[in-house]
Amino acid sequence: MKEETRELIRNLTEAFGPSGQEEQVRELIASLMRPHVDGVRTDALGNLICTRGARRVGTAGGPAATAGRPGAAGTATAEAGAGGGKKVMLAAHMDEIGIIVTHIDDKGFLRFGTIGGVMPHRCLGQRVVFANGTVGVFGHEKLDDPKDLKFERMFVDIGASSRAEAEEKVRIGDAAAFTRPLERAGNRLVAKAMDDRIGCAVLVEVARRLGTSPHEVYFVFTVQEEVGLRGARTAAFGLAPDVAIAVDITLTGDTPKAETMEVSLGKGAAIKVKDASLICHPGLRRSLEETARAHGIAYQLEILERGGTDAGAMQLTREGVPAGVISVPCRYAHTPSEMVDEGDVEACIELLVKALEGPLEW
Amino acid sequence: MTAHAQDPGRETHPGWEASANRETSAPPARGPYDEEAELLGQLSEAAGISGWEGEVRGIIRGQLEKMGVCYRTDHLGNIIAYRGPDDEHAGLRVMLAAHMDEVGLVVSGIDKSGLLRFRKVGGIDDRVLVSKSVLVGKNRVPGVIGAKPIHLQQPKEQENPFRAEELFVDIGARNKEEAEKVAKVGDPIVFATRFTRLDERRARGKAFDDRAGCLVLLGALQEKYRVPVYGVFTVQEEVGLRGAQVAAYAIAPGLGLALEGTVCSDTPGSEEHLQATRMGAGPAISVMDAATIHNRRVIERLVEVAGKAGIPYQLRRTTSGGNDAGRIHLARAGAAAGGLSVPCRYIHSPASVLDLEDVVNTRRLLVEFLHSLEEGWTP
Repeated sequence: MKEETRELIRNLTEAFGPSGQEEQVRELIASLMRPHVDGVRTDALGNLICTRGARRVGTAGGPAATAGRPGAAGTATAEAGAGGGKKVMLAAHMDEIGIIVTHIDDKGFLRFGTIGGVMPHRCLGQRVVFANGTVGVFGHEKLDDPKDLKFERMFVDIGASSRAEAEEKVRIGDAAAFTRPLERAGNRLVAKAMDDRIGCAVLVEVARRLGTSPHEVYFVFTVQEEVGLRGARTAAFGLAPDVAIAVDITLTGDTPKAETMEVSLGKGAAIKVKDASLICHPGLRRSLEETARAHGIAYQLEILERGGTDAGAMQLTREGVPAGVISVPCRYAHTPSEMVDEGDVEACIELLVKALEGPLEW
Repeated sequence: MTAHAQDPGRETHPGWEASANRETSAPPARGPYDEEAELLGQLSEAAGISGWEGEVRGIIRGQLEKMGVCYRTDHLGNIIAYRGPDDEHAGLRVMLAAHMDEVGLVVSGIDKSGLLRFRKVGGIDDRVLVSKSVLVGKNRVPGVIGAKPIHLQQPKEQENPFRAEELFVDIGARNKEEAEKVAKVGDPIVFATRFTRLDERRARGKAFDDRAGCLVLLGALQEKYRVPVYGVFTVQEEVGLRGAQVAAYAIAPGLGLALEGTVCSDTPGSEEHLQATRMGAGPAISVMDAATIHNRRVIERLVEVAGKAGIPYQLRRTTSGGNDAGRIHLARAGAAAGGLSVPCRYIHSPASVLDLEDVVNTRRLLVEFLHSLEEGWTP
């Protein structure tokens, strides 16, 4: 992996962006994408939509424009078909799991709710950061049994000694995310928020490396995936794509006494067959497999028993969209130390580039 | 004459419990919250479990007609009222949603003995059911939720509360045939709770979730706005935000606000950080719940408007629960979402308590917020 790509992953994973407060990561990605695309805009929910090779006026319309375009997906298929290319929506989510402040007590301690799949035991000893840079650490009430560790008995300490002092920095409704620098471990990278900044990094690299493509490509960096695939749903409605491909992390089964799963770190890009949110379009999935084989790109097939991705929401948009997923295998998901393999990341980038340069047909 | 054979049209409130001392007698002079209390009383006493919102819809239509507000009713039964410029596309389209439906029960079977079996509609704690007076069906047949009496329970049985499956509704029928004359499978069952003023400001009643929101919305629709405002009285919120989903698709709003009677647990035994809202402390502005992460700019605007107008407010201090905003902000290509709620103690039970001043302040904040949108809104 080039140092440039590694730096990209570092900047993206270290950026702040729990679900609903993705502004900082969105600004970063917008600045990275602008040189490589024709247009960049943000929709009502905060999704960042970057357009490359759009042929028709109005395709990137907001709510008003789409409201007047019933059946737009059908017409898009016909039009794009005439030009030989498809309208392709690529999605990687910008948001990460975190916490949200629900109460500030007289001594300045913060109580919180969770954003996405955060577990109490994974928070012990961890630090969080707020949008304004305020850092806090997790603490908990006296427990008779470690099993009593529940979020409602935990708090965040930002070093304030009174409510007034705390309120100078943090307000109810402010979100915080884990804070950790990216580290290299052999050929592997460890960082918080690999889920799904690694997907964002893949899309940015694809935009940088993509040669001539017959397709209209929409690089969509979505919001609120971790709380229910929300951003992808509205973005897909607005775009009405012909094909949708999400790039996200997946779990692995390659650690000691892990739950059985046929995905390993270092064995290449994972082409998803199914997860809890969708069964990938079999034609699209085979097309991705063929592309990988044709270009000698390492890949593995993935079945994820729990969890979902943006593709699940995109697939059910309007009258339905053929959807697939390219996954980056990732250990220790939803912890502050998510681990990916550099070779797998490169394979995902290459696979997506080659797929977009080809006809993307099945 | 058995109780269930009573003529429903003969009394104003057939089947209700006898009035207690402080109930219903109208105070001689018009107090500051009498107008709100009167309409809230009507809305609260109307029967309207999810899917059977007809009575509530009737009251709301009557009010809208009296106010001269145009409205339509969609296929699911949502009332969509409009207040705004003639051109519905002139500016930011705003959808306000308050749900008409309440949690309740539905008759699922009639026993040989004439007792009614039932299922729950929406989220009700089984423990609040036993021994409550209820009304069954359109004709408000009075009944009571029965259970095995304490005398006959084994000590082990007393350790656990009754599950809904173990309970039944007794309408006084002697056998199946007699019961079938006044009740049938599919009939809705509501709690027979009279609306009561506890003092000038505080009131008790059923279904404040979300008749309080309906009252706030009716109040806000009395004003005219220079941005297109859709006031939607939704159906089937309690069973999965269903009405709001189709209404939002039809309206395609840029901004959606759910108006709720929300959870309030400012009571003994509830630790301060687990109290979602405080009664009497003003409208609760949502920051996040299980269905929505509320738009930061909507929250900021609500806070700013409340500050300027001197309206007390609180931020809703929990992330649990979910309401119509969850569907509105995901309709079509998406919308900014907000939530404004009247704190209500003991929601999803036969009797809730609220503070009428919170109702008035919620309406004031909503109206000020809508007028602020006339001056502009940057998504």
